[in-house]
Amino acid sequence: MRKKVMAAVLTAAMVASVSAMPQMVAAADDEFKIGLITDVGGVNDGSFNQSAWEGLEKAGEELGVEVNYLESATDADYQPNMETFVDEDYDLIISVGYMLADATREAAEANPDTKFAIIDDSSIDLPNVTSLMFKAEQASYLVGYVAGLTTKTNNIGFVVGMTNETMNQFGYGYCAGAIDANPDITVQQFNANSFADSATGKTMANTAITNGADIVFQAAGATGLGVIEACQEAGVYAIGVDSDQSSIAPKTVLTSAMKRVDNAVYDAVQELIDDKLEGGVQTFDLAAGGVDIAPSQDLISDDVIKAVDEVKEKIISGDVVIPDNKDDFEAKYGDVYVLD
Amino acid sequence: MNGLIKDLGLLINATLIATPPLLLAALGSCFSERCGVVNIGIEGMMTIGAFTGAVMGLTTGNGWIAFLCAGLAGALFGLIHAFVCISCHADQTIAGTAINFLGPGLALFLCKAMYNNSSDTPAMDPSCKLPKLFEGVFPTGSFWNNVLNVYAVAYLVFILAFVCWFVFYKTKFGAHLRAVGEHPEACESLGIDVYKVRYTCVILSGFFAGLGGAFVTLATINQFRPSVIVGQGFIAIAAVIFGKFSPEGATKACLLFGLCSGIKSLAAQSNVVSPNLISMIPYVVTIIALVLFVGKAHTPAANGKIFVKSK
Repeated sequence: MRKKVMAAVLTAAMVASVSAMPQMVAAADDEFKIGLITDVGGVNDGSFNQSAWEGLEKAGEELGVEVNYLESATDADYQPNMETFVDEDYDLIISVGYMLADATREAAEANPDTKFAIIDDSSIDLPNVTSLMFKAEQASYLVGYVAGLTTKTNNIGFVVGMTNETMNQFGYGYCAGAIDANPDITVQQFNANSFADSATGKTMANTAITNGADIVFQAAGATGLGVIEACQEAGVYAIGVDSDQSSIAPKTVLTSAMKRVDNAVYDAVQELIDDKLEGGVQTFDLAAGGVDIAPSQDLISDDVIKAVDEVKEKIISGDVVIPDNKDDFEAKYGDVYVLD
Repeated sequence: MNGLIKDLGLLINATLIATPPLLLAALGSCFSERCGVVNIGIEGMMTIGAFTGAVMGLTTGNGWIAFLCAGLAGALFGLIHAFVCISCHADQTIAGTAINFLGPGLALFLCKAMYNNSSDTPAMDPSCKLPKLFEGVFPTGSFWNNVLNVYAVAYLVFILAFVCWFVFYKTKFGAHLRAVGEHPEACESLGIDVYKVRYTCVILSGFFAGLGGAFVTLATINQFRPSVIVGQGFIAIAAVIFGKFSPEGATKACLLFGLCSGIKSLAAQSNVVSPNLISMIPYVVTIIALVLFVGKAHTPAANGKIFVKSK
């Protein structure tokens, strides 16, 4: 008999503790709930996804919203992750990267009352989807400008992970910046056609260095690690991409062309709270703090930093417009960028 | 003429970057396949080696110790494969597939556990890496600098390939391992311990694969990322089949692959040829070489077959 009573009491306690949980969540119901879905990189990839999550975490702390993330281990996880957040009534779901475009489109069509945002993709034309795009050519222009002023051989290199409309913007900006800073410059260009082949990246950088380059810019993911390592071994400068890559080789990475995904995510949350978040494309540029060169500037000379700050202001004021497509680029600089 | 010499130097340099990890893994694969145990888990073992190499390089600061530890980590995975396939009579292809899931999965898990939930290890200082030959002797960009100022291991692997050839064809153990891969029952009747030979070979295959993976993180670049070993293990296995399951054949095949990656880099400097066609160079060249110059490969007769020791 005593055992039965004991069991009943324990069961009651268990039920009570379980049923208490939804109430805790319900208490926070008037708060905005924002979810972030990574691509296969995960929230600590030291790059894109991490930057996005840091922006959202900051928003969570400063703006008093509830934030959460789901990582995608494979492409097959995008849709289930999307459904998880939709089922839990999240107000805004942020997809990191163009790889999630299809899953985002499907979820947005099926749930017109939920808001979605996607980074680096502008293909979804729905009223509840906001595209967060970055002017990569502006950041690339600035690092190209630094390279053009810093090179001693008037010869620099560029290794890209793939050639398409988005990736070529890095090339247009970099070449334009280098030429504007140094009209005599030669830009050696390589298409690795892979974001995961560091041996090829290293070989391409070695080729550029052997042919006289003393600075090599890479926009090529893990292929780019090979580029940075080749530069480190040869004692020349490399330029990083997406995040501040100085920590990979502190005496080698001259600067980095950064996309401030964190700022873009933070701004999107702010707009959601202010009820101003609308569908369509939002472009983050230098003026909005969406792109920039890295804060690590120990290797850049003071004169160069000053010159870059001046050119930054000209870009922000609109005096300098940086081409982001083949026609505009070739109209001003000729057929210098050979990979498109 | 100067341009030609420069390009030749670059090609040799590219070959010495791309070939070593493939060749190390391929030599390992030779041991395993020739003794009669299919090992498609080379890729997973390379990943574990790459991760261990990076971690030990960071903690010990000595490239050689890290390199050796990576080999031992690979050997441990070889031991797992050997136990499952030889003692437990599991299907070797399935066991190898499991290793290919386990290796990268475990590496990522440990990396996140050890480095603040990050999927990459921190970058290493050059002093923690494997040493280079003739550092700073030749001017940057010169022919001799490209040919000689490379990682010592890049040349060492060719000596290792020769040692493997010697073991295969000039030693008693080599004769046993080849025989065990052809007809284990006959070997057993002659008093050769089939299990012992196979265990040794499969563990060795893991050891070599681990070294191959570590070359990437301790020489080619300076940190581990989940994407640093993608497909190299499978290319190594292909090289072994291409090289007729012999160390000297695998060496030639890996050299061909390495050389093609150099050609690829030299050809990728414009948009005249489609980048996708350029990426195909190593594979197309291999197929052509396979059709024109390489005859039918003889697969070891007992390869992949389960052998149960008679009591």
